[in-house]
Amino acid sequence: MTRNYLLRDVSPLGEGTTDVLLADGIIAAIGADAEAQAQDPVIINGSGLVLLPGLVDLHTHLREPGREDAETVRSGTRAAAMGGFTAVHAMANTTPTQDTAGVVEQVWRLGRDAGWVDVRPVGAVTVGLEGERLAELGAMAESAAQVRVFSDDGKCVHDPVVMRRALEYVKAFDGVIAQHAQEPRLTEGAQMHEGVVSAELGLAGWPAVAEEAIIARDVLLAEHVGSRLHVCHLSTAGSVEIIRWAKSRGIDVTAEVTPHHLVLTDELARGYDPVFKVNPPLRTQRDVEAVREGLADGTIDIVATDHAPHTREDKDCEWGAAAFGMTGLETALSVVQETMVDTGRMTWADVARVLSTAPARIGRVTDHGRPIAVGEPANLTLVDPGIRRVVVPEEQATQSVNSPFRGRELSGCVIATWLRGRATVMDGSACDESVVVSS
Amino acid sequence: MKHLLSTADLDVADAVRILDTAGSMAATQAREIKKLPTLRGRTVVNLFFEDSTRTRISFETAAKRLSADVINFSAKGSSVSKGESLKDTALTLQAMGADAVVIRHHASGAPHTLATSGWTHGAVINAGDGMHQHPTQALLDAYTLRRHLAGPGDVTGRDLTGLRIAIVGDVLHSRVARSNVHLLHTLGAEVVLVAPPTLLPVGVGAWPARVSYHLDEVLADEKPDAIMMLRVQRERMSSAGGGFFPSPLEYTRRYGLDARRLALLPEHAIVLHPGPMNRGLEISADAADSTRAVIVEQVANGVAVRMAVLYLLLAGGDAPARAASPTDETKVDA
Repeated sequence: MTRNYLLRDVSPLGEGTTDVLLADGIIAAIGADAEAQAQDPVIINGSGLVLLPGLVDLHTHLREPGREDAETVRSGTRAAAMGGFTAVHAMANTTPTQDTAGVVEQVWRLGRDAGWVDVRPVGAVTVGLEGERLAELGAMAESAAQVRVFSDDGKCVHDPVVMRRALEYVKAFDGVIAQHAQEPRLTEGAQMHEGVVSAELGLAGWPAVAEEAIIARDVLLAEHVGSRLHVCHLSTAGSVEIIRWAKSRGIDVTAEVTPHHLVLTDELARGYDPVFKVNPPLRTQRDVEAVREGLADGTIDIVATDHAPHTREDKDCEWGAAAFGMTGLETALSVVQETMVDTGRMTWADVARVLSTAPARIGRVTDHGRPIAVGEPANLTLVDPGIRRVVVPEEQATQSVNSPFRGRELSGCVIATWLRGRATVMDGSACDESVVVSS
Repeated sequence: MKHLLSTADLDVADAVRILDTAGSMAATQAREIKKLPTLRGRTVVNLFFEDSTRTRISFETAAKRLSADVINFSAKGSSVSKGESLKDTALTLQAMGADAVVIRHHASGAPHTLATSGWTHGAVINAGDGMHQHPTQALLDAYTLRRHLAGPGDVTGRDLTGLRIAIVGDVLHSRVARSNVHLLHTLGAEVVLVAPPTLLPVGVGAWPARVSYHLDEVLADEKPDAIMMLRVQRERMSSAGGGFFPSPLEYTRRYGLDARRLALLPEHAIVLHPGPMNRGLEISADAADSTRAVIVEQVANGVAVRMAVLYLLLAGGDAPARAASPTDETKVDA
């Protein structure tokens, strides 16, 4: 039987302070009623703390099945809960690929059994992510996993006819294609952003146009067939402009930016430390400014982590041999707070929008990203914005240590997270003993 | 100076010092007994993950002339082909006690990774990493240029101020070009890069060098004191989907150094090439074999320069063993 939680003096979305009661899996009362209705509650002194809807990640790599040496559904979702998330979309580039009802159901079940967050498996667009023929998108949509987001992330659906078909096909079940925009021919062997730094370092470049050209094509395709499109990990100033233009034309497109693209640049490659090697690559300061502006003005709809854990051996080597990717579930909220809230460009209400409500809407996740109101499911996270902490990857819940923020002091810390009223994180620690198989 | 990873790390004092030390080393190489005892008992490992006979032999010769013990490790026929990582290879060699590791690797930044990782404790010398740097090549090029162009008389202590050097060819993929642009600029020379647009990196505008697409114009208008031809890889020439150039013949017509272009150079100008040459592609036989070409001398100078680098990194830069007589630099017999 889950306890009642009485949150005293918390600030929902950073606006005013009040008391909130969580009971029977929902927000049972707000304000004076909270204290009155509480039955033997766990009392939380929420003074100075911000209450947000549980975060929803539209882009995570849980690595299971196939690369359990880097992360498992269990370890990844535990890390997600520590980061304030209550739902994550698990990308399809597993082994075997999440391109059938069977595999997506397996991942969904693993998530459910682990009990840390709601796992929404992403279905591959094409069989084996090979970009040649559509996977059984309908079967995945109908499965227990109820897939709505489809992506070949890691790879681009580069064939324009295949992309067109995919965009058309998912209209039947309100699905969305989430494109990893990377023209493969322009980025063969690419190691980092193509620019002044790559020229000096002698590393093959990944030009911005390889991302922008695909986005430009895809928004026009989406317009032509009347479908909705989502753009993963948008990283360049030009991409932001294209999305802005597309939206002004009424095209149904949404876009995400990662926390690392909000703050890190290609200058970090100068030390050849592969922890900074990522796809799409870290770009220039001008691109960082543009994506921040895009997030602030709503051109970019959401922040998604693209949490990409890698084993030590895949990163403890020369740059050219290293895998692409950075972890991010446990630092995402802090990075957004530092770059956007503490600088006054966004409010906590905006943070709730970009990290919870909007991703839930895009993924058609009905019981997350909800308003903080009586009767809503108690999928929430409580944050202390005032705490400063140094990132020590070995102490994080994620199994892998490839965080680009190692040694960096970040603002904000998740104090508690609730999944349907059950605490998954309390006092800043994972509630290992309380997470049991739910029926 | 603990490592030599990039010419961008050298200031003008460092660079001149290396060139002057190379001069002293070259003088010793003119003697009958070429060996110096300076690095006796030290171990130098040649860690070559990429094929390179000439550079490896050059480093091996340099180390042996200083009486160091040399261990050669080449990627073919070693456990690297079985999947042993750079890290484990380095750790294994370190366990055998290397005072210096000379590394050539296909990945840009590998020497930097080696030097900063703690896997080896000795000095790390970059013998060429991917498309990034080849610092000893640039140093021997600068030494050769100084010998011929910074006179008259003893060039010890001199830099390359006032000289104009043209570097021609595949700049995009060339670690030799990158190392030379930094070093020549540091030494006060003016650099002009000549290449087709497809073989210049997008960021080249930030480099301390001018850029031209027209070799004939550069020869006629700029009158360079030296021309450095870069090796062009035939594999890159095919324009079939992604080739950098329509055909080798078109490349040669527009950017090759032949007898006609050779005649456009000022009389005192010299021709350099890091080797190996593609005779008939970037450089014709006439040009390669002309009296103005110093290509064979470059190879010889490479030994002296590498002796200097090993000496300065491992023996801490006390005055080198003085040659019996000459104070001006001598050409080293190949």
